[in-house]
Amino acid sequence: MTRKVCVIGIGHTDFNSITPDMQWKDFMYEACNKAYVDAGVDPRKDVNSFITCAEDYWEGFSIFDEFVPDQIGAVLRPCCTVCGDGIYGLGTAYMQIMTEMFDMVAVEAHSKASDLLTYGDIMLHAFDPIFEKPVSGPVERPNYRGSPSYPAEAPKPFIGSSEETERVHPYFMAGLEMQDYLKKTKTTEEQCAAVVVKNKKNAFWNPYADYELKITIEDVMKSEYLFKPVKKLDISPNVDGAICFVLATEEKAKELGIEPIYLSGFGWNSETPWLGTRGFDADYAKKSAQMAYKMAGITDPKKEINILEIDDRFSFKELQHLEALGFADPGQAGNMVEEGTLDVKGSLPTNMSGGSLGVGNCLEATGLQKSLEIVTQLRGHAAKRQVPDAEVGLAQAWRGIPSGSGAVAIFRRG
Amino acid sequence: MSDKKYEGMPPYAPGTHVRESDIQNKKIAYAWWEPEVQYSWSLGHAMSKFLTGLKAGKIFGIHCKRCDRILVPPRMFCEHCFGPTEEWVELPDTGIIETFSISYLDPDARRIEDPILVGVVDLDGAPPHHGFMHYFGEMSKDEIKIGMKVKAVWKPENERTGSITDIKYFKPAGGAD
Amino acid sequence: MKEVAVIGAGMTLFRRHLKETGKELSYLATKMALEEAGIEKKDIDMVVMGTAPDAFDGTHMKGEYLLDGAAGVGLPYCRVFNGGGTGVFAPIAGWWHVASGVADVCLVVAEEKMGNCYPHPQTAFQHIWDPILDRPLTPNLVWLFAMEMNRYMTVHGIKEEDIAEVAVKNKRNAVGHPCAQLADPNITVEDVMNSEMMAWPVKRLDISPPSDGAAALIFCSKDVVHKYTDERIFVKGVGWNIDSTMWTNRDLYFPDYVANAAKMAYKKAGITNPPKELSFAEPYDPFDYKECHHMEGLLLCEKGEAPTLAREGVTQRDGDLPICPSGGLLGVGNPIAATMGQKMCEVYWQLAGKAGKRQVPNDPQMGLGQAWGDIMQMATVMILGRGS
Repeated sequence: MTRKVCVIGIGHTDFNSITPDMQWKDFMYEACNKAYVDAGVDPRKDVNSFITCAEDYWEGFSIFDEFVPDQIGAVLRPCCTVCGDGIYGLGTAYMQIMTEMFDMVAVEAHSKASDLLTYGDIMLHAFDPIFEKPVSGPVERPNYRGSPSYPAEAPKPFIGSSEETERVHPYFMAGLEMQDYLKKTKTTEEQCAAVVVKNKKNAFWNPYADYELKITIEDVMKSEYLFKPVKKLDISPNVDGAICFVLATEEKAKELGIEPIYLSGFGWNSETPWLGTRGFDADYAKKSAQMAYKMAGITDPKKEINILEIDDRFSFKELQHLEALGFADPGQAGNMVEEGTLDVKGSLPTNMSGGSLGVGNCLEATGLQKSLEIVTQLRGHAAKRQVPDAEVGLAQAWRGIPSGSGAVAIFRRG
Repeated sequence: MSDKKYEGMPPYAPGTHVRESDIQNKKIAYAWWEPEVQYSWSLGHAMSKFLTGLKAGKIFGIHCKRCDRILVPPRMFCEHCFGPTEEWVELPDTGIIETFSISYLDPDARRIEDPILVGVVDLDGAPPHHGFMHYFGEMSKDEIKIGMKVKAVWKPENERTGSITDIKYFKPAGGAD
Repeated sequence: MKEVAVIGAGMTLFRRHLKETGKELSYLATKMALEEAGIEKKDIDMVVMGTAPDAFDGTHMKGEYLLDGAAGVGLPYCRVFNGGGTGVFAPIAGWWHVASGVADVCLVVAEEKMGNCYPHPQTAFQHIWDPILDRPLTPNLVWLFAMEMNRYMTVHGIKEEDIAEVAVKNKRNAVGHPCAQLADPNITVEDVMNSEMMAWPVKRLDISPPSDGAAALIFCSKDVVHKYTDERIFVKGVGWNIDSTMWTNRDLYFPDYVANAAKMAYKKAGITNPPKELSFAEPYDPFDYKECHHMEGLLLCEKGEAPTLAREGVTQRDGDLPICPSGGLLGVGNPIAATMGQKMCEVYWQLAGKAGKRQVPNDPQMGLGQAWGDIMQMATVMILGRGS
């Protein structure tokens, strides 16, 4: 009998723009505890392997792996850190289970973005030190500190520490990419604005989303250009949140009396790290989807996949990803959002949870937040935002500026 | 055994050795960057209480009912049973030396003549091997040993800020080991 | 589950400073591994990168930065990171890519450029400590090892001289390793004992140096190994384990997490008597006492016995249980994750009979590599063996 991997437990904290009452350890503990309770398992006895998705600089430590095991139940157990988005963790858990050495694996990811005082500078630190970092500055500007928090202040265009000179906020890359995307596909800024309107509206029905907002396309178009053509409301503000998944074999799910939601396929891919030779058409999404479709046995994604949760860190990314994943021809995704196809009640519901625009940008936990929504939908637990009869869902995430890497996970109801 | 192309692996060692002096004398090209990286971590309940306690001259541990052990430094959950911890317990500021080192390097790795004595103190009232790192003082490098009884020396109340350094060091507590 | 074979390995020079960028080092190691395996990038299905603290190289998300040098462009590429344990954990990740059936050929690359961190990588080590409990005391990393070494020596009544034998053995073993940073054919126990005292009981020559370097390994499924080589060297066992963050709540004299990881690997490999069934081992030796500590953790001898075995010559290359025939970290260098070169790459080369001047005699059949990391916490173990 072929071995199959399924999701048996999910847990998450509330998502908030600041979480001053919780240390990152308590945050992780809460999400993991909830997932273990959801699965009805004891992590100290039943879970064989633990995976965290984290990057040192997002946490503020050299070797974040040290600070992981206690709060996820992994002391004196196999535990590791994958430096990638949450979906990389899901794929890793899948592979570990398929080796037959493990039958239950926990995957955790979180964002404590509010702990990062210099978010823009930290992101800038990921740029190539020889060719790309120096290009970002210094630029003569009056005193103007960057800030990650929202809605009080959107990311300011200039960041830096010296009194006289500043560095450009790395979100300028989103501006370059959006410019290229709009030109290549003849998508309009209004169509991107429609994504913002849709997702922030969807967030009202998501109890844990933090950035729900009732706005119109005009409101978005009037918001300040920060990295033209990216406007203030086109950007997902940062949010804190922690999520944990428990994956297991089909047999284990049956033993525990849990209706399995299958992780039927996953994929990830990386484009060149060189910003100057990047294609800007989300090739990573296309290739990771191809890998995932093949594994899941999907030949016609448009017909076979019912719901999508895709990366919308910047509004245009949702449209760009839709096209790269094969759900729309180039330039057509904009029409789909205008026609209501992507609404919760449309024929291809996309980002029912509110996406990153509505929930908030949760850094490396983005893929797990997308997956969380897909699994919740497939379980039929999405209440007012439930898409009826959803059978197969796709979660997709990008690793953010300046990377050209992303991952896809496909879930299927039993 | 497969075709032995080489005498031994690795067949060559690619890479160009350069010295510290080449960098300092600018003989090789390099790019310089100083990242502006600042964090402010929320402390959470356990650490907040612990540090507030230190400011008041007290050491707090927390009790895990299921394992029946006192955890110090305290945390909101027990990593053994994965359950929440509950009762706060004030511990005496005495203990024994679990291990130590006599350091001739200061924190910036510069050589010093007068060594720093540092190590781990197992606190009285907590299970064996439960304590935290701190300095040792009022003892010489020849006197310090594992198992020695020690007591905390605190900063005066008005100098305490709610930090592990509110304790200056641990000194010998006197009496037999 | 698919059986997984190793078909090629590569390694760069290890030095305190190398001119090449991290990308270039990754490329050089990958190129060598591809040459040995006789394959090209198009034959690779997936890539794993193992690289340790981003703060050394000086780039956030450095896995992304390095991926072009590691043949990752256009491929599924993933980075894993377990501090010092990465050197053996990255190969373990490569193993599960193939053993799960998801990939047929997986390239594993490990890279480190500690020299980028200026003026000294020690400064990056300041950030491994807990910010509330440890960092305000402004600790130095050497203190931590000194405390563990002291506990280990005191509990077992071990003399510094016996531990120094390990440094002598490894630095001498490294002679003949083309990449070695600190090989020394003439070093003696007296040299080690007289070297500068850093933090008692740790002396300068007890410690391995920070280095720049990279290494690469290629895994493939048993189904396709015949396409690439006549060698049959397979992954027999894997294990990994992590202990609590609270290092002050543990008795440091014995590493339970190493024993757990070893037991996991031995169980998979069907090994019941490790010192007899293993032909040699490459435990992690960033400090000489660590080799002893880990030998005991790996259940290769009784607790407290390892320094005696070192003194008696049992762990020499021609001894009954050769330990660190490569020269280890003490002899070849310590570019954290890239120590995969002396651990898993070395185990592969030894089993393939390609270790040249370092070759362990008597036709070794099964070898173990182990790495250790984080804050006295993480152990990763992999066992390779000849024949399926």
